Amino acid sequence: MLRRLLEEGQRVRLTIDGKPVTACVGDSVAAAMLSCGLRYCRTTPISGEKRAPYCMMGVCFECLVTIDGINNRQGCLIEVREGMRIDTQLGRRTVE
Amino acid sequence: MRSTADVIVIGGGIHGCSTALHLALRGLRSLVVEKDYAGRHASGVNAGGVRQLARHLAEVPLSVASMELWERIGDLLDDDCGFESHGQVLVAESEAELDQFRARVAQLRLQGYTHEELIDRAELKRLIPAVSDACPGGVVSRRDGAADPFRTTQAFRRKAIALGATVLEGVRVTGLERRAGMWRVSSSAGAFEAPVIVNAAGAWAARIAASLGEPVPLEVMALMLMITDRVPRFIAPVVILRGRKLSFKQLANGTVLIGGGHQGRPDRDANTTEIDWHKLAESARTVWELFPAMRGARIVRAWAGIEARMPDDIPVIGPSATAEGVYHQFGFCGHGFQLAPGLGALMAELIATGRTNLPIAPFSIARFAPAKGANATPDSTPDLMRTTPGGQA
Amino acid sequence: MSAGANPYDVAIVGAGPAGLGAAAITAGAGLTTLLLDENPTPGGQIYRAVTTTPLKERSILGGDYWAGAALVAEAQASGAEIVGGATVWSLDASRELAASWAGTSRFIKARRVILATGALERPFPIPGWTLPGVMTAGALQTLLKSSGLVPDGRLVLAGTGPLLWLFAAQLLRAGARIEALLDTTPWANYLRALPHVPAFAISRYAAQGLALRREVARQVEVVSGVTRLRAEGQGGLASVAFAARSGERRLMADVLALHQGVVPNVNLAMAAGIAHRWQPAQLCWVPVLDAAGNTSIDGIAIAGDGTGIGGALAAEAQGRLAGLAAVAAVAPERLARVPDRQLLAQALARAERGRALLDQLFAPPRWSRLPEGDTIVCRCEEVTAGQLLEAVGIGAMGPNQAKAFLRCGMGPCQGRLCGLTVTELISKARGVAPAEVGYFRLRPPVKPITLAELAAMAHTQRAVAAVVRE
Repeated sequence: MLRRLLEEGQRVRLTIDGKPVTACVGDSVAAAMLSCGLRYCRTTPISGEKRAPYCMMGVCFECLVTIDGINNRQGCLIEVREGMRIDTQLGRRTVE
Repeated sequence: MRSTADVIVIGGGIHGCSTALHLALRGLRSLVVEKDYAGRHASGVNAGGVRQLARHLAEVPLSVASMELWERIGDLLDDDCGFESHGQVLVAESEAELDQFRARVAQLRLQGYTHEELIDRAELKRLIPAVSDACPGGVVSRRDGAADPFRTTQAFRRKAIALGATVLEGVRVTGLERRAGMWRVSSSAGAFEAPVIVNAAGAWAARIAASLGEPVPLEVMALMLMITDRVPRFIAPVVILRGRKLSFKQLANGTVLIGGGHQGRPDRDANTTEIDWHKLAESARTVWELFPAMRGARIVRAWAGIEARMPDDIPVIGPSATAEGVYHQFGFCGHGFQLAPGLGALMAELIATGRTNLPIAPFSIARFAPAKGANATPDSTPDLMRTTPGGQA
Repeated sequence: MSAGANPYDVAIVGAGPAGLGAAAITAGAGLTTLLLDENPTPGGQIYRAVTTTPLKERSILGGDYWAGAALVAEAQASGAEIVGGATVWSLDASRELAASWAGTSRFIKARRVILATGALERPFPIPGWTLPGVMTAGALQTLLKSSGLVPDGRLVLAGTGPLLWLFAAQLLRAGARIEALLDTTPWANYLRALPHVPAFAISRYAAQGLALRREVARQVEVVSGVTRLRAEGQGGLASVAFAARSGERRLMADVLALHQGVVPNVNLAMAAGIAHRWQPAQLCWVPVLDAAGNTSIDGIAIAGDGTGIGGALAAEAQGRLAGLAAVAAVAPERLARVPDRQLLAQALARAERGRALLDQLFAPPRWSRLPEGDTIVCRCEEVTAGQLLEAVGIGAMGPNQAKAFLRCGMGPCQGRLCGLTVTELISKARGVAPAEVGYFRLRPPVKPITLAELAAMAHTQRAVAAVVRE
């Protein structure tokens, strides 16, 4: 859905739903997901509708994802790190 | 001046609305005067516990009577109020605590009450698999449960109106006057008259009582609650503790409500409360220890309603000791929600017939009367329900 | 990083132009100053990633953006303790903050608190606005600034307001393609704006704004007077439909950027108990402030767009003025070390010139603020406009009853994306003013916190005992 204007940035390796991908240092998790071609990052706990990042500034909570096993994190506020494990969220999240 | 109703109920919380409904069922017309909207404070924002468990002994007969109404709440109100009966469990955190609970259950048995049952570690684990293994047992009241407090208060309000009661919201009572056997109630929307007044004004009830020459040592409270985001269903009963302050329950939508008695900072005049996070951190700590599975859950909101507590932890119920035609129904901090359906019926019976079979002597306002010779100083405030505007709507 | 000087002389929330300006003044005067921001790097939304953006070609984002670099550098050199990735989730009347960073929450006390929480984009509740592929223009601009990312595929921009045009120009300069810009500015707004033209003409907005419009219109199809806008698709955006003078149209689209202005981000201020009022010209809630920027709570000031929308330069001037007021309150003997108040007030007046015209011209139309039927109002709890109106019908007189009936506004965003819509819809349904309808009663935490993080803040006797034993 998004493309990078510049390809020279320093890369980090991470996984999204188990699939290895790369992103640039300084990317937020939400930016990395969108740049890797993901159309949505979660389904809602109520109707199961697909949702994607909407505001990119921490107010809408649409970009909630699971990062390194911790769910409901705001992907737009967290920068990617080498080796990060990102997972899309389906509906309600388990407590552990 | 026309007589506007048989009874004027001051306060549109769940108690005022329940009394109005039961008065209507007895053919008496009531006028409910509420300064905000029905359920704005404690009635609408409490934890929704429908609990006979661990009640003050004096309250047990009332609570048991009220439970009968809860079990047919849908028939009474045309709304199930979100009431679900999955039991309430008082968890013992130590063997010593379990011994105290054992004595309490035995005492209830002697008085003929069987709703509380002592349970061992195995039954506790069966009822609440997620509870910490360190807990040796507890007490269960199996018919208890929880309901949606705002919805319940609204349902009482709606049904009372459907049966002929009038509910005025956003109207403040400013004064009371007795004239020729009638009460004249001044308000921000003019004056009303009725032979009988019910004081169900919650945290503001002390001002009404004081203006009648019977001041009470009412403490304004703000019990805090917090709630998590949705998590998969993992616990059915409501859990309460005795030693540490905690009540804990999962709602049907998956969110988990955490409360239990920590106080925020109420401002009765501003109509607001402030959250004390140092204390809520204690609640979080208790949950963290008792339910390890909850550690990753997120707290999404916290709040507190303004309510009234009496020094002996039981409410004021029954006729005024100083003024004819006035009945009190307040001081329920933390334990009034379950009592409301039954108490409304009791109040209506008391007003209509002058008597009730339920033991209400312990709740008499006379217990706070000053010793003979002491001077009572009535609160002569012109605006009994005063609040200052400017707090967030 | 720990909060080093707790309690602080000054705690500032938000490192956008207002917060940076305030910190530069207070720390520059030697006051211990803590500046917290939720984003990893300072700059706020307007100067987002100004220290880290991969877009070093300055012409793309433009001079107004790069001006932020000097302000960030000034604040960084001032001695203020600047913490990124820090979420302030509570503030009370005793000026105690609770903030989370690096996985830990802590309480912070300050003698003065300056809220510089800025603005967020106004809700744009059209049919289909929850579909993946629909984002705010500000969101896409953030992706451009912080990661050099541009939409790939067919992009449609829709709405009204200066940011929409600026973002379109930035995209075009970056070499991106825009299928169409759907301008929803109602024709009537031009008439309403007329009386403000003289003041506007001499403001910095006039020449800039017109130049941007020309730059965009040369390269993109601009459709004016757009109404009945909706996003369509199953599980993701497929097309954008709308009505214009030429009739009903439908454009195939992969990304739809929505924008209809920005409004103050009031959640933290309201949760702290600060009194707010309805601002009819900007159709939003603003804090009630005295001439010095003080709120209804002693020692808490608000500066920048959080007080009402004024733009980056006005925000910076307000921030510096709030900083100055803090110095005057905490250490008046140091006032000699700060800039002259008069100069700052003049800068603020200059920056505010022309705002009245922008407010009138870009006032969002009723149809895009007041949704109907199945259109979602509350994204978190998936509550529709129709459900909200039903609740009003059975006695929900205000947002708080609507919340209790429907859970509307109870999700994690805590009403940020639905609050204004709810107030305005109830106002319309009841035929009373928004000020009378009111707003959600907001409470901390203004952002969710994990139970574990909160539990770790407990000073239980056991925890205290453990420390004493050590």
